[in-house]
Amino acid sequence: MKRIVYREWQLAPQRYWGLLAILAAVAGLGGLAFAYMEHEGHWVTGMTNHVVWGTPHIFAVFLIVAASGALNVASIASVFGKTLYKPLARLSGLLAVALLMGGLLVLVLDLGRPERLIVAMTHYNFRSIFAWNIFLYTGFMVIVIGYLWTMAERKGNVYTKQVGFVAFVWRLLLTTGTGSIFGFLVARQAYDTAVLAPLFIAMSFAFGLAIFMLVVMFAYTQDGRPLGNALLLRLRNLLAVFVGGVLLILLAYLLTKLYGARHYDLVSFYLLSGGSYTLAFWLGWILIGSLAPLGIFAHPVLGQDRTWLAAAAGMVIVGGFAAMYVLIIGGQAFPMPLFPGQTVVESGFLDGQVAPYAPSIPEVLLGLGGVAVALLITAVGVRVLQFLPESLDDRVVDPHLAAAAEPA
Amino acid sequence: MAKAVVLGSLLSVGLAGALVALAAQAAGGSYVVPGSQAATLDSCVEQTDFMRRNHMEVIKHQRDETVHNGIRSTKHSLAGCVECHASGDPAGGVVPVDRKGQFCQACHAFAAVGMNCFDCHATVPSQGEQGQGSPSRSPLAASPRGAGVAFTGQRSGEGYPQ
Amino acid sequence: MTEARDTIDRNRRAFLGAAAGLAVAPGVLLHTVAGAAPRSAPVTSDVRWGLLIDTAKCADGCTACVTACDEENGLNLQVKPEGQSEAKWAQQRSVWIRKAKLQDNQTGRITNLPLMCQHCERPPCVDVCPTGASFKRADGIVMVDRHTCIGCRYCMMACPYKARSFIHEKVTAQLTRAPRGKGCVESCNLCVHRRDNGQESTACVDACAREGHQAILFGDLKDPASHISQMLTAIASRQIREDLALNTGVRYSNI
Repeated sequence: MKRIVYREWQLAPQRYWGLLAILAAVAGLGGLAFAYMEHEGHWVTGMTNHVVWGTPHIFAVFLIVAASGALNVASIASVFGKTLYKPLARLSGLLAVALLMGGLLVLVLDLGRPERLIVAMTHYNFRSIFAWNIFLYTGFMVIVIGYLWTMAERKGNVYTKQVGFVAFVWRLLLTTGTGSIFGFLVARQAYDTAVLAPLFIAMSFAFGLAIFMLVVMFAYTQDGRPLGNALLLRLRNLLAVFVGGVLLILLAYLLTKLYGARHYDLVSFYLLSGGSYTLAFWLGWILIGSLAPLGIFAHPVLGQDRTWLAAAAGMVIVGGFAAMYVLIIGGQAFPMPLFPGQTVVESGFLDGQVAPYAPSIPEVLLGLGGVAVALLITAVGVRVLQFLPESLDDRVVDPHLAAAAEPA
Repeated sequence: MAKAVVLGSLLSVGLAGALVALAAQAAGGSYVVPGSQAATLDSCVEQTDFMRRNHMEVIKHQRDETVHNGIRSTKHSLAGCVECHASGDPAGGVVPVDRKGQFCQACHAFAAVGMNCFDCHATVPSQGEQGQGSPSRSPLAASPRGAGVAFTGQRSGEGYPQ
Repeated sequence: MTEARDTIDRNRRAFLGAAAGLAVAPGVLLHTVAGAAPRSAPVTSDVRWGLLIDTAKCADGCTACVTACDEENGLNLQVKPEGQSEAKWAQQRSVWIRKAKLQDNQTGRITNLPLMCQHCERPPCVDVCPTGASFKRADGIVMVDRHTCIGCRYCMMACPYKARSFIHEKVTAQLTRAPRGKGCVESCNLCVHRRDNGQESTACVDACAREGHQAILFGDLKDPASHISQMLTAIASRQIREDLALNTGVRYSNI
């Protein structure tokens, strides 16, 4: 196998600064949205006492989950020793840290008292999975940054496998923790199940890889670097497996809920009568986010076409947002089972009714700002440091092809 | 990182405290607002110098005692600060302590230290509210403030028992 | 030390009466409320405050307890932000206690009841709070320490009773006894200021009695001689969401 040469992203300055300017503008809008929400209070958002976590949490959880998934390629390369993926392991680590930062930023800026972040770092309640997650998130960043160092610094190369293994275990814990934020909530019917942890792990694999593929394709086409099909099609197959995995665990989740009579109403809310949640579930999550990409991946012609692959990866991401909308917002909107066997005729607090929620512009801008920050970190990272291999041509990355190409 | 932030904030609190003390000395004494109950007393609940530097610690300690242990009998409550330091306006009402130029606001603005207490806490005395959380002093109705209350001028807390 | 504290607590009234006399500083008049004095010893777990609600006595259409709670804790001082719709305001304003009217799916029997923080022995909101701001006082009151609440609202996600509210807008008018402000979560605290000042009951209990319904009973669940304990022994009562085994401090009869 040829030695991999890494080179900074060499996009023409105008294009590069233009890209940065766009990302910075979106991030800036997010900042303004935060300032507005913080100044006015949360009344300017769609969030209420009934739907307490809104659009910012859709973005934050999506980004955090995707961060863990973005590390897929690095994990496969160093933990499972697949040399094909090794050239992109650095980018995988960078993207993971960037997405996590973007997600955490959104989460933190949505707090009622964001200026008290220091309190969250000095007062801990270790019965809270949230407190655990603070360590899981910061630990993930530290480990992945260390992991990047072992990959980039020749003296550190000997540790790559070990650190990679730690990072791999840690990311599984991280997504388990994120899923458990919801899974441990005994109060609400949509949550209160351990299956949310593996569901979030599977979602992280899929969403993170989809973002990773898009970033790789974009970076290489913009830069005019060779990108061979060998790697891309392997990533495609992997993504197909992950999307299928999400569907499988989703099925397990729905069947778990469906098995006991007391959750019939929840499943029927999601699948039949939930209005926008039902629409997001079937159209967003299942059709656009799962079945359509799987169809494209499996198609003999479209499955080879870059544009279609990019579109399919984008669809997985759209499906990811739909999934978060259904799980996070839908799970809260569905009324709590306070009085089994009784119907709430009147209530001063929407008991027994589906809680309304309409996302507001500041919330959406804050969320998009987080995405922009993640991409901004990535764009700056690949520009100033050597993250991207000069070539991902088949002959470079595929050990078999490389061996065949080199005359013995 | 958290440690650095804590250190930094401690340092800034210390600096602010020193600044307040310096400022008070430079101006030669009192900052209580004329017409407030405080203006009629020799000293704050502790020695004035001590309070200038440490009132935040005193209040913070009391806040934890009150919220977690339910102790409301001591003289260190924030409600007590407001009760004593709020002054009256000519119309017979009470001026909130965080209003511009009032006791709390004036000094905090001078020292450029944020003041979060009044995000949540009432800025005027309880007016004899039932079940109010401090050993309140005489209700306003019984001792109308404002005009007519002498400004004693001696504020340094000399000889006041700790 | 603990023993001494316990003794003090058992004879709290008597002790406080004496202490209050000593505590009166020169020039400071003690403002007394119904002969009670502010608490000077830490709360202990010798008492556990709770409520017993007789739904048979809870009147259809009566919201006296809700109004009383709003006034007691200054919730009515919070005003709708300019430009906010009435519908949205109804979903965003703080609600510590609410009325609900239920109909049995099988029999059609109607039940009215007030619903507030159930003051669980093992509160999910306390378990999930990352900073420990959501806590249970030694005397069983579940409340929020607004000084360390960061406004993440995870407790609201975790509460099985939807008992908590988030303050969505700036609050400019507060009562001294009930500090509250933007960005924190809050809920029923069994009129904790009344507890600490040695008063008898809660605002909702008083209001209900004033209306002549007497549907809510307040008292010490750990004192076998208290009225509430005796009633709980005498009549059947239930907890809402018993399946969660939270051992709530608020119990309902005739439900």
